[in-house]
Amino acid sequence: MKKTLISAAILMTAMTGAATAGTLETVKERGAVQCGVTSGVPGFSVPDDKGNWKGLDVDLCRAVAAAVLGDATKVKFIPLNAKERFTALVSGEIDVLSRVTTWTQTRDTQLGINFAGVNYYDGQGFLVKKDLGLKSVKELDGATVCVQSGTTTELNMADYFRANGISYTPVVFDTNDQAAQAFDSGRCDSFTTDLSQAAGLRTRMQDPSSVGALPEVISKEPLGPVVRQGDDTWFNIVKWTHNAMLNAEELGLTSANVDKMKAESTDPNVKRLVGIDGPKGKGLDLADDWAYQIVKQVGNYGEAYERNVGKDSPLGLDRGLNALWNQGGLQYAPPMR
Amino acid sequence: MSSDISNSGHKPDGSAKQKAPPVSQPKFWNDPKKRSLLFQVLLLSILGFVFYTIIDNTLTNLEQRGITTGFDFLSREAGFGIAMSLIDYTEASSYGMTFIVGLLNTILIAVLGIIAATILGFILGVARLSDNWLVAKFSALYIEVFRNIPLLLQIFFWYYAVLRTLPQPRQSIEFFGSFINNRGFIFPAPVPEAGFGWVTFGFFAAIVASWLIARWARKRQELTGQQFPVALTTIGLIIGVPLVLFLFSGMPLGLDHPELKGFNFKGGITVIPELIALWLALSIYTAAFIAETVRAGILAVSHGQTEAATALGMSKAKTLRLIVIPQALRVVIPPLTSQYLNLTKNSSLATAIGYPDLVNVFAGTTLNQTGQAIEVISMTMAVYLALSLMTSFFMNWYNARIQLSER
Repeated sequence: MKKTLISAAILMTAMTGAATAGTLETVKERGAVQCGVTSGVPGFSVPDDKGNWKGLDVDLCRAVAAAVLGDATKVKFIPLNAKERFTALVSGEIDVLSRVTTWTQTRDTQLGINFAGVNYYDGQGFLVKKDLGLKSVKELDGATVCVQSGTTTELNMADYFRANGISYTPVVFDTNDQAAQAFDSGRCDSFTTDLSQAAGLRTRMQDPSSVGALPEVISKEPLGPVVRQGDDTWFNIVKWTHNAMLNAEELGLTSANVDKMKAESTDPNVKRLVGIDGPKGKGLDLADDWAYQIVKQVGNYGEAYERNVGKDSPLGLDRGLNALWNQGGLQYAPPMR
Repeated sequence: MSSDISNSGHKPDGSAKQKAPPVSQPKFWNDPKKRSLLFQVLLLSILGFVFYTIIDNTLTNLEQRGITTGFDFLSREAGFGIAMSLIDYTEASSYGMTFIVGLLNTILIAVLGIIAATILGFILGVARLSDNWLVAKFSALYIEVFRNIPLLLQIFFWYYAVLRTLPQPRQSIEFFGSFINNRGFIFPAPVPEAGFGWVTFGFFAAIVASWLIARWARKRQELTGQQFPVALTTIGLIIGVPLVLFLFSGMPLGLDHPELKGFNFKGGITVIPELIALWLALSIYTAAFIAETVRAGILAVSHGQTEAATALGMSKAKTLRLIVIPQALRVVIPPLTSQYLNLTKNSSLATAIGYPDLVNVFAGTTLNQTGQAIEVISMTMAVYLALSLMTSFFMNWYNARIQLSER
C-alpha cells in the first residue's frame, strides 16, 4: 500500500514536469531498461536462487534491452504488485510493464497506457484440493475463494458466480503468492487466477499433486507488455520486439543458428530480420541489427516459451493457443518488410 | 531616510517643543509590522502559486495522456465481491458503495481496537505500579515486548502463526453452539421475535432510571453526606429490568445456529480471522503505549495526595478511584488522544492480511479497477484526516470537561 501512495505522489510530481523526454532517449542515457515484473510468478517472472530474473515476461524485457542497447543483461527489474503496476508505469518509474497484465478496454483507453501485443493467451481457472472430489466450478456454491486484489480475475469471478447464481466469499490479498499460500493453508476452498500462473504457483505448494484445476476456463486473458500512452516510438519498439521474436520462430531462426543463417541464408525474409536488408532499424531509431541481437541474445518466442513455461520447465504447459498461427495457435506477427 | 532621523535627533529640544517637526513616517520596509505583513503576503502567494501550478499541471498532463478524471466512477457498478460488509453490498453495487463499506469496516476496527486497547492499557498501567512484584514485573515485560516489535510483524504473527494453524471447518473446535476454525469465529445469531420490543424498551428505561437515580444520589450526598450504592443499583437495573421483561414475555429471542453445509458454515454470525488478527494486534500493541501513559499520569499525582487520603482513612481502592485517577486523567488524556489517532491510522495495515478496510477495498481494488489514483487516494486521505480530527475534537472536549475548574 505504501508503494501505491508513493507512486501516487511520484505520479503527481512527475506530471508537473512540463515536457518529458522520450522514453528511448531516457533509456539510452540511463543505459538500462527499467522493467516492471511480478514479485514472483514461476514461469513468467521470478528470481532464481542466484537472484537472476527468469520467465517469459522477463525475456520480453531482455529482448527490448537487446534491441535498444544491444545488451540483454541491461535490464533493471522492479517487482510490483497488481495495484501498483499502472501507477508505476504512468509515473515513469518503469519503462515497460511486463507483468502478466490482461488487455482490457478500460485499461487501454482510460489509464493512459497502451498494450503493445499479447505474449501469452491465457484464461482464468480455479484450483481446488483434489480430495474434495469436485467436478465443476458450479459445485463451488458457498465456497471461500482466495484471489489477488486489483485484477481482472476478481471481476471475472464475481461476474461468473453472479451469472450462475453461486454464492461465495472472496478473500482478497495483495499478491498472488499470498493468495496461493492462503489457499494452501486452508483459509480458502479454492484459489482463482490465470491458469498459467496457477500452474506456476501450484509447483510451490506443500503438496502440488493434491491440488488440481477445475475444467472450466471462465475468461479470456490476453496478457501482454504495456507502455505509456503518448510515446509512439517506444510503443513501436516494444511492439516490434515481440513481433521479431514471433517472426524469428516462424522463419526457424534460433539463438543457436542465427549467426550461421545471417552469414549464409538467401531467404529475403531472414535477411530483412537480421538487418542486412529491408527497413532495418530505421523508423524505430534503433541499430540495424536490433532484431538479430534479440534472437542472438534472448532467442525466438518458441525458445522463450519452452524454457520458461513449456516442456523444458517445471510448469510443462502445452503451446495451445500460444502456438504460431500456422501451427494451430493464435500467435501471429505482421511481416517485417 | 536614516539621515532624516539623525537630523531630527540633533535638533535642540527647545525647538522641537515649539514647533512639531514634520512627522517623518518611516519607510514601510523599516516598519516591522508592515514588513512582516509583506513577507506573509509574499509567502502566501508563492504557496498559492505552487499549489496552482501542481494542480494545473497535473490536470493538463492527465488530459494529455488520455487518463480519465473526475468522480463519475463512484456511481458505476463495482462488480467485485467484498468478504465482510456491515451493510448490504453485492457485486452490483456502485464504487461509491465500496467506499462506504470500506469506511465502515475501518471505523469498526478502530472502535473495537480503541475500546480493547484502553481497557487493557489501563489495567497494565496500574499493574505496573502495583506493590505485587510479580504483577508489576509481568506488566513491565508485556509493555517492553509489545511496544518494541513492529506492528506489521505482530499482525503477521497473529494471522499466520496463530489463526492460520486453527483446524479446517470440518474439524472445528465447538463450544456452546459456536465454532472456531481457520475461517473465523462463528457463533449463533440472535433473532428477535415478536415481543422483544419490550425488552429493548426495558433496557433503555433502565438506563434513564439509573441516570435519574445517580443525579438524585449526588444531590443527596451534597446535602446530607449520606451515600447511596449507585453503581450496584445501576448494574442491577440495567441487567435486571430487561431480564425480567424477557422472562415474562416468554423469551422472545430465537437463535440462528450455524450449521456446516457444503464448504462453510451457514447461518450465525461469522467473525473473519482477518478482523480478529488485526484487532488483537492493534489492541495489544497500542495497549502497551497506553499503559505507559497511564503510569506517567498516576506518577504525576503527588504522593502527598495519597498520604492525605490514607490519613483520612480511605481504602486503597477508594483512594485510587476518587483521588488518584481523576487527577491522573488530566495528564493522561492528551497523549491518550495521540494513541487513539495512531491506532486508527495503523488500522490501514489491514491491507497486508486482506481485512477489507478502506485502504484494502477502496484504495486497493477500486483504485486498480478504475485507475483513478488521484481521486481515490485524495478521498482516502480525507477520510483518515476527518476521522482523526473527529477523535481529537471529542478528546479535547472531554479533556476540557475534566480539567480542574479553578475558581
